[in-house]
Amino acid sequence: MCLAIPVRVVAVEGNVATVDMGGSRAKARLDALGEPVQVGDYLLVHAGFAIRRLDPQDAEETLRLWDELLSLTDT
Amino acid sequence: MEAGALFTLRDQARAERFQKLLLAWAPDRPVKIVHVCGTHEITIAQHGLRSLLPENVEVLEGPGCPVCVTSTQDFDCALQLAERGAILCTFGDMTRVPGTRMTLEEARAEGADVRVVLSAADAVEVARRNPQKPVVFFAVGFETTAPGTAAVLLDHPPDNFYVLVSHKLIPPALEALLSTPPVEISAFLAPGHVSTVIGAGAYRGIAARFHVPIVVAGFEPLDILFAIALVLRQLKEGRAEVENAYPRSVTEAGNLRAQALLREVFAVGPALWRGIGEIPGSGLYLREEFAKHDAKREFGVEGRVGEEKPPGCRCSDVLMARAVPTDCPFYGHACTPLTPIGPCMVGAEGACNIWYRYGGRPRL
Ligand code: SF4
Repeated sequence: MCLAIPVRVVAVEGNVATVDMGGSRAKARLDALGEPVQVGDYLLVHAGFAIRRLDPQDAEETLRLWDELLSLTDT
Repeated sequence: MEAGALFTLRDQARAERFQKLLLAWAPDRPVKIVHVCGTHEITIAQHGLRSLLPENVEVLEGPGCPVCVTSTQDFDCALQLAERGAILCTFGDMTRVPGTRMTLEEARAEGADVRVVLSAADAVEVARRNPQKPVVFFAVGFETTAPGTAAVLLDHPPDNFYVLVSHKLIPPALEALLSTPPVEISAFLAPGHVSTVIGAGAYRGIAARFHVPIVVAGFEPLDILFAIALVLRQLKEGRAEVENAYPRSVTEAGNLRAQALLREVFAVGPALWRGIGEIPGSGLYLREEFAKHDAKREFGVEGRVGEEKPPGCRCSDVLMARAVPTDCPFYGHACTPLTPIGPCMVGAEGACNIWYRYGGRPRL
């Protein structure tokens, strides 16, 4: 139930976004988000409510963090 | 680009390097790491991550399945409400949990109107379309799910919409596990999406007070290996701190808007966790302003405590992170997802259900 999925926003109307969820369309409520959302944004959606806006750059940041730790065994 | 592709960070080479790192930091004594999240368990089981861990490192799922920890008392309330003619809306697995007079699915077979919804907003829709009937949303889940319940209550739901609140909070559950002897927990992996809402900072007091490392973990296989590596490094260095291994979703303060919704709608009180018992400060209760949507209050249902667990079922030990599913004699024989004996085999986030789906004890 705590499964939250990254989705892409395809339309926004009031506090409801239409999102693309692996090819199918779904609605996500934006009440619990507290920041503006635009078409093309990525959201983490849990049980019909967005809980976080995801920044694709953060994915790169994650790889950097991993590699920093991994480099500790390379020597 | 499709969101799935963008945020799925998988690669074999890094996985192998993580394994090397974990072996290099292997502890010199047995270590038990507990996570409290069905989605973590799914990643671990699905990708066979236990096979990459040093011999003496164990990872167990504690009380991470909201369906499994819902008290039989609350199920009994739901059953009574459905039998009195309310339309009862809840999440899928809830309808199949044994332990009261009958499951909600069985009640439906006898004529009760029990419906599966995917979101609190769907339950409000059901209420709008059936104005002549009371509609009760049986609300379970942790800090991830509760903001949705709060949002619909603040969004002027119709008068025939009620909530049977069974939402629970994760940090008090971690404290309970650390306060109930014998405690054999070396560290926690904190759930990434609960932490997205409450923030990594929510665990700092617990880590310090109980001197236990707590690392917030994401849900990709490499996220979990990264978090376990950070745990092993802390143990090696004798540190007990909160580390955030999932910063692409979790911040120190969390989602302030979601926290404000929770505070506006709910007050905190003790809650009964199935298989564990009462945990102080771990439950959410509707504030006075929302009393007219409070199903328990409006319909005067109390609920009896039913069978905590059927004789022989080891769900309590599984939920307390003191046993793994294969320790139970019923696992895979008498108890399967089609013939569940305990709640841990029903919930798609229950450890028994997950182990069964992904093929037994996933250690190679
Ligand atoms: S296998 Fe079934 S009976 Fe055994 S602990 Fe799990 S749910 Fe309970």
